[in-house]
Amino acid sequence: MTSRRDFLKTAAIGAVAAAGTSRIARSESLLDPWSSHTGDPMANEIALAAIQAAKDAGASYSDARVGRYRRQFIAAREHQITGVNDSESFGIGVRALVNGAWGFAATRDVSREGAVRVAQQAVKVARAARAVTRTPVVLAPTPAVKGSWRTPVQQDPIDIPIEDKVALLLAANEAALKVPGVRFANSGLALLREEKTLATTDGTLITQTFVRVGPSFTVTAIGDGDFQSYTEEMAPRGSGWEYITSLDMVGNAPKWAAIAAEKLTAKSVDVGRYDLILDPTNLWLTIHESVGHPTELDRARGYEANYAGTSFVAPPEKMIGKLKYGSRLMNIQADRVQQDSLSRCAWDDEGVAAESWLLIKDGMFHDYQTVRDQAPAIASLNGVNHSHGCSFADSWDTVQFQRMPNVSLLPGNADTTIDDIIADTDRGIVIKNRGSWSIDQQRYNFQFSGQVFYEVRKGKITGMLKDVAYQARTPDFWGSMDMIGGKRSYWLGGTFSDGKGEPGQASSVSHGCVPARFRQVNIINTARSV
Amino acid sequence: MADTLMTRDAMQTLAKRILALSSADETRVNISSDAAGNTRFAAGDITTSGDTEDTVISITSTVGGRRASSTTNLMDDASLKRAVDTAERLARLSPQDPELVPELGPQQYQNVDASNADVSDLNAASRAHAVEQLLIAARAPGGAMPIDPATLFVAGFLEARSGARGVATSKGLFAYHASTDVSLSCTARTPDGTGSGYASAGGRAWTAVDPGALGRRAAQKALASRNPVAIEPGRYTVILEPRAVADFIPGLMGSLNARSADEGRSAFSRKGGGTKLGEKIVDERITMLSDPFDPDLRGQPFDSDGLPLKRVVWIENGVLKNLAYSRFWAAKKGVEPTGGGGGGFGRNPAGLKLAGGTKSVDELIAGTDRGVLVTHFFYIRSLDQRTVLLTGLTRDGTFLIENGKITKSIKNFRWNDSPLLSLARLADIGKAEPVEAGLVMPSLKINDFTFSSLSDAV
Repeated sequence: MTSRRDFLKTAAIGAVAAAGTSRIARSESLLDPWSSHTGDPMANEIALAAIQAAKDAGASYSDARVGRYRRQFIAAREHQITGVNDSESFGIGVRALVNGAWGFAATRDVSREGAVRVAQQAVKVARAARAVTRTPVVLAPTPAVKGSWRTPVQQDPIDIPIEDKVALLLAANEAALKVPGVRFANSGLALLREEKTLATTDGTLITQTFVRVGPSFTVTAIGDGDFQSYTEEMAPRGSGWEYITSLDMVGNAPKWAAIAAEKLTAKSVDVGRYDLILDPTNLWLTIHESVGHPTELDRARGYEANYAGTSFVAPPEKMIGKLKYGSRLMNIQADRVQQDSLSRCAWDDEGVAAESWLLIKDGMFHDYQTVRDQAPAIASLNGVNHSHGCSFADSWDTVQFQRMPNVSLLPGNADTTIDDIIADTDRGIVIKNRGSWSIDQQRYNFQFSGQVFYEVRKGKITGMLKDVAYQARTPDFWGSMDMIGGKRSYWLGGTFSDGKGEPGQASSVSHGCVPARFRQVNIINTARSV
Repeated sequence: MADTLMTRDAMQTLAKRILALSSADETRVNISSDAAGNTRFAAGDITTSGDTEDTVISITSTVGGRRASSTTNLMDDASLKRAVDTAERLARLSPQDPELVPELGPQQYQNVDASNADVSDLNAASRAHAVEQLLIAARAPGGAMPIDPATLFVAGFLEARSGARGVATSKGLFAYHASTDVSLSCTARTPDGTGSGYASAGGRAWTAVDPGALGRRAAQKALASRNPVAIEPGRYTVILEPRAVADFIPGLMGSLNARSADEGRSAFSRKGGGTKLGEKIVDERITMLSDPFDPDLRGQPFDSDGLPLKRVVWIENGVLKNLAYSRFWAAKKGVEPTGGGGGGFGRNPAGLKLAGGTKSVDELIAGTDRGVLVTHFFYIRSLDQRTVLLTGLTRDGTFLIENGKITKSIKNFRWNDSPLLSLARLADIGKAEPVEAGLVMPSLKINDFTFSSLSDAV
């Protein structure tokens, strides 16, 4: 989870409506980035002109994406607002396949001339790549589709008055700062609306609008020569403003602040092996890193070797249906359809319909994440002739490639809760929320921390701990999972900033999971003295 | 591409157009114009290659002590007007900012020549040619060849970027800086999956990069690192090559924020109040600085406020000499701002240099009885801000040194250590070299580096 991309670069607009004043009049330009949202005829026409130009220049396949990205960020510290930014970014990116080699070019000049020029450039780039390419690209077939889709929301977050957003953050900070010992409070909102039109030479023409919201909240307490912070795990979601409201940041802030203050007097953990009880607010990221990334087919085939790394789940012929990934309780689903999830769409950036499928079945590795130019490589192994629809580009000026769909741990059959797991544990540690995270380039050795830790003795929570991190090897860790929560305890975490690729791209992805217990995991102490 | 890099005149004209649309008390315009080309390769093939261009305009408006910004890449009059109106409307709706610092008026800047035409001329065909040179060299690297190097899996990335940055304010400030940067990196892996080697180079000029040399180096490392053996985790003397130092040491920069230190939440906060400014914090051979005018760095001579950046020595002979002050915090404390917003997260636009010694990596190895040689690191994350404790892993070429020689390839480690505490345990320092544009790092020999566990990853 790294991103080299400046998140603010393409941050978004929208505060005009947000101002509660009259909506701004549509601009004179034909391609109006303020227009909403279901297939701007001019965007369609320009995207179609681009792929035609690529075809005319010799491409056997081409796709064009016209993207409009609007983002709004608001940040607050203590009693003041430290940043309000709205941004828009608009442009077209064209991909061309020439004699089995890819080329890509992109411009912010979204005119017919700009589209044709950039399409011809993409073909030129592909021809240059062809000279050094030995293995021609083969695309899995996909049916042509036409249509539009929009994230279903009750309230578009961009349209909420800015005063309401500012007031929410300042009130949450205010409430936190009333807690004794708490000196600093930082809160923020990231609100996004992204519209993409995709045309392909296979006959696909689609427009999709994605709405996402990401709240954040961190408090810091200062003690004698010590400071401790607590970050609440408020998952970003593919939802509207109603999700932000449901979090009751102001009502909950004192509770969160009290955790930071209590951490100052928490006991530093004794190193050793413990039974770990991971709350979904912590486990989602462990799933992301130790299951989501290694089951990406491009990594398994070495295409990320120079940056994000390869995978221990390789080569595919030795893995599919053969690798024991974890205990029989482990069923991991990939999908791009889950309600409120960040990866939800109707079609991916190659026009492939969203679906769900199993990556891990009863603890055995079952299938990979794929895109059109990768799926044929394993079709004879998994019996799937189509792409699973994992293609994504984070902007009009970046090329689409394989990105993680939602990857989730399915609930167990019994109606188990985290309290049931605690009651069943003799000596353990409960970990909540994400702390530090790091994993090796083949996804074996990982070390994760959390925001708050509780000691469990004889089935009961006996106190708070600090300086805790858990370190394990992926198959050992998942093999040690012996108790998981039921449907009622399922929770959807996620991130806006999953990093991969060169140049680096950020994607948004959700991970649903239930609480789970892992036996005898190595716990280290992260405190040092200067 | 049509959007060739904006010249100083074009950028100034655009900034004036935008400022003329504004009715705020104060307005600042930041413009960045970029043209970039990249080529990615794996398994001997170019997998993606692209040319992109964009110009991004950010408008920051201040109205009645309130401030907000908007960003756009649309340059027609209507869009620019809308962006200006948005920033002003947002500012009016924001609460008063008690820490507001007025925008700057005209400043004097010393020019830094940071552009090289050989980078802006690097088109898709010349990038493909460079990749081909790298691959040819990787397949015949010379030296010991226990397996046929033609079977190596080679992946990598070449990126060339030309950019221009401009800042203008309604109080008459205008700053402009153009730069280029290029980088090429590659990873070679043996077909049995037990060996991996990495090499990279970069700078402001394409002459900083020798594709053949990189291919050879990565291949040689891959071949030499086959069949690594496990040695016990624990505390080891390490020799970090410059790329590994560049991954690790800049992790200190976030802690140099003066405000955090004053507020008691930084490794440079002193117990009982105040900061560690003036105290010896690391080995006396350590000097670290930012300086846009250093010919090895050729950084940007101003920050996003338009504040001129100067040479700032953060650590001199082991003593903490400067912390990073934003304009607000500097005024409050009665000191000169260092620029860059007082941050330190991310890269200082003026660049970063850790001064080196005279020894080569080979000489450092020759002077080591027992130690671990590290090519580079992966997935570094913070564990504890109080001590700048980080965690991460070694990668793509980790070797045991015994009696002054590399004796075997060893399995990768996870480590938990701190750049701050490590620099206090410095054993020796090698020659400094450019690692990428705006970043100069030496190799370092550090005692008692903590490897906490083994990684099976190759």
